[in-house]
Amino acid sequence: MTAPSLAAAPPALTGRRNLEGNEACALGAIRAGCRFFAGYPITPSSEVAETMARELPKVGGTFIQMEDEIASMGAVIGASMGGVTAMTATSGPGFSLKQENLGYACGAEIPCVIVNVMRGGPSTGMPTRPAQGDILQARWGTHGDHAVIVLAPASVGEAYSETIRAVELSETLRVPVVVLLDEVIGHLTETVDLGAVPETPGIARPFATGPREGFLPYAETADLVPPMPRPGDGYRSHCTGLTHGPDGFPTQNPAVAAAALTRTTDKLVLHRARIESWREQATEDADLLIVAIGISARAARQAVKDLRAEGLKVGLFRPVTLWPFPETPLREAVAAAGTRKVLVPEMNQGQLVLEVERVLAGRAEVAGLSRIDGETLTPDEIAGAAREALK
Amino acid sequence: MKDTKTESAASFDVNDYLRQDRMPHFLCPGCGHGIALRALLWAVHEQGIPKDRLAVVSGIGCSGRLSAYIDANTFHTTHGRPLTFATGLKLARPDLHVIVITGDGDCLAIGGNHLIHACRRNLDITCVMLNNEIYGMTGGQVSPMTAEGRFTTTTPEGNTEPNFDACALAAAAGASFVGREVTAQVLALKTLLGQAIAHEGFSFVEVLSDCTEIYGRKNDLGASPEMMLAKKSAMRPYAYRNTVDVPFRPNALRTGVLTRTDRPEYGAAWRAMAARIRNEEH
Ligand SMILES: Cc1ncc(C[n+]2csc(CCOP(=O)(O)OP(=O)(O)O)c2C)c(N)n1
Ligand code: SF4
Ligand SMILES: [Mg+2]
Repeated sequence: MTAPSLAAAPPALTGRRNLEGNEACALGAIRAGCRFFAGYPITPSSEVAETMARELPKVGGTFIQMEDEIASMGAVIGASMGGVTAMTATSGPGFSLKQENLGYACGAEIPCVIVNVMRGGPSTGMPTRPAQGDILQARWGTHGDHAVIVLAPASVGEAYSETIRAVELSETLRVPVVVLLDEVIGHLTETVDLGAVPETPGIARPFATGPREGFLPYAETADLVPPMPRPGDGYRSHCTGLTHGPDGFPTQNPAVAAAALTRTTDKLVLHRARIESWREQATEDADLLIVAIGISARAARQAVKDLRAEGLKVGLFRPVTLWPFPETPLREAVAAAGTRKVLVPEMNQGQLVLEVERVLAGRAEVAGLSRIDGETLTPDEIAGAAREALK
Repeated sequence: MKDTKTESAASFDVNDYLRQDRMPHFLCPGCGHGIALRALLWAVHEQGIPKDRLAVVSGIGCSGRLSAYIDANTFHTTHGRPLTFATGLKLARPDLHVIVITGDGDCLAIGGNHLIHACRRNLDITCVMLNNEIYGMTGGQVSPMTAEGRFTTTTPEGNTEPNFDACALAAAAGASFVGREVTAQVLALKTLLGQAIAHEGFSFVEVLSDCTEIYGRKNDLGASPEMMLAKKSAMRPYAYRNTVDVPFRPNALRTGVLTRTDRPEYGAAWRAMAARIRNEEH
């Protein structure tokens, strides 16, 4: 079994194609070496599974539709434990069902990618309408302290490239990565250059290769990412969701338990530079900065253009890596421009704005702009709120 | 004639399959789960499965803790979900022998949906359900296998719910191999588990295990020998179904191999389909 790599991309995944965000997500995963998908149908994410069902057999991968989302998440973790790169996709209610096993993957450090195409909620909500209500669920959905990475594409091209990056981060850092789309990005059709893959340091998972005798599956290495034993390679190690020490076995020793949890969260701090990603538009001199993700950021981009045409100094800061939140870059953008006001438009009752408030801690006046009726925020709405704030 | 029984017993040392550095184990004295573990490892030995190729996936419970003692590739997963992890693992790595150890609560309550779908799919996994009629790990609450009238911490006046016939359930859901055995019959249990491991497709084995410390005490069932013997005498080996000299017990549960059918194994069927697609592409 060879480690997945970008070099081994299937020949079909080249050239420019018109794709939906959901399809792009699936193809990005395959391009990055994903060879296992387990899922359960749910609008507006089902096209990810449908694309995987069609494409995976062609590249020697495995697709399975499980009996529910809990089972899908379990199967994905099981495949990944076997050494195969694995992904699942879902939407709100299904994302909730995946949370317990997602926490297992956090605790046991099993690489996996979870696509959540956000729809209106809570509960069954508005299945076919867009929302951004899972911004905090994506970060804190599972129980207990844990480290997780969340990427938030804002175009079909990014659905492709960010899913590739999701696989790369997940595999190399042994951490679950959530790709957080909203219904609009998931169902939007745009042209994608499938050959234009992001510059990545390499997708290969660190597999254990050293001596079998005395092997510690969760040893504290310099990069805080312990090489993963692959079944069949002779390590015969144990993997558990119970808090475990370097030997992989359960422990209740306070020092060992604290060190184990601390390492998995420190891991993301250590590799933060590689994980963080954001885009800035006209931020250099912005009096007012808009912070937005996904389709709301697309609307904000237009609003910034319109407001600049009016002579208003407005910019956009768009986290592409949503969690861990790019807090230093945001603080720096605000400090460099002497930004006075920050506007956070989002399709929920105010989730991202809480993080922005925390990060800026009084450095600028932060206000939210919510829309929760199943319609997207428009450039005019955002521009209107910005004008109001600058008065 | 070669005495294969004695030969196998002589060549099998359970310690070869246990992680010695994990001893002593945490099971209560007399717990049936330990007997089941020994029988399972003996079956693994007889089937000649190399430890490096053996993957044991367990759920959460006293039963779930057993995987940590086995010198193999072991995965202690989430409550009720070991079959889902095992499904992904086996599909991704068909070269591994995948055995699931689960409890009656793990397998039939929280994991019931996964069990019936695993039975239906027929992926080559051996599912060993240790049925002690109770939630042992959490201190003795009622389970879907607790008999009517039994006392548990959540049925202080006696259980008013009927229990499943787990083997009938698995067979109805399509399991291609189904069997049941008691811990009092270690040799028969070992043989049954070996047959289940050798079977190509999904196999389900219900081991009637004994929670001596909690269930036994609470229901005055005596110490482990009494519990085991009582279960043994309530069983009716399926192999004797047509013999007249075994006294007929109308309510007895059957033991031994109860269902064995030959139908396509899911992983092989998937791979054949995928290979066909790849050939058509070229
Ligand atoms: C999601 C979840 N719910 C509940 C529990 C608590 N829990 C742990 S073991 C167990 C029951 C175990 O019973 P069984 O499967 O029969 O195993 P036994 O201990 O009897 O071997 C429960 C309810 C849990 N760990 N996870
Ligand atoms: S509580 Fe019951 S099932 Fe658990 S180890 Fe003790 S006797 Fe065995
Ligand atoms: Mg039990």
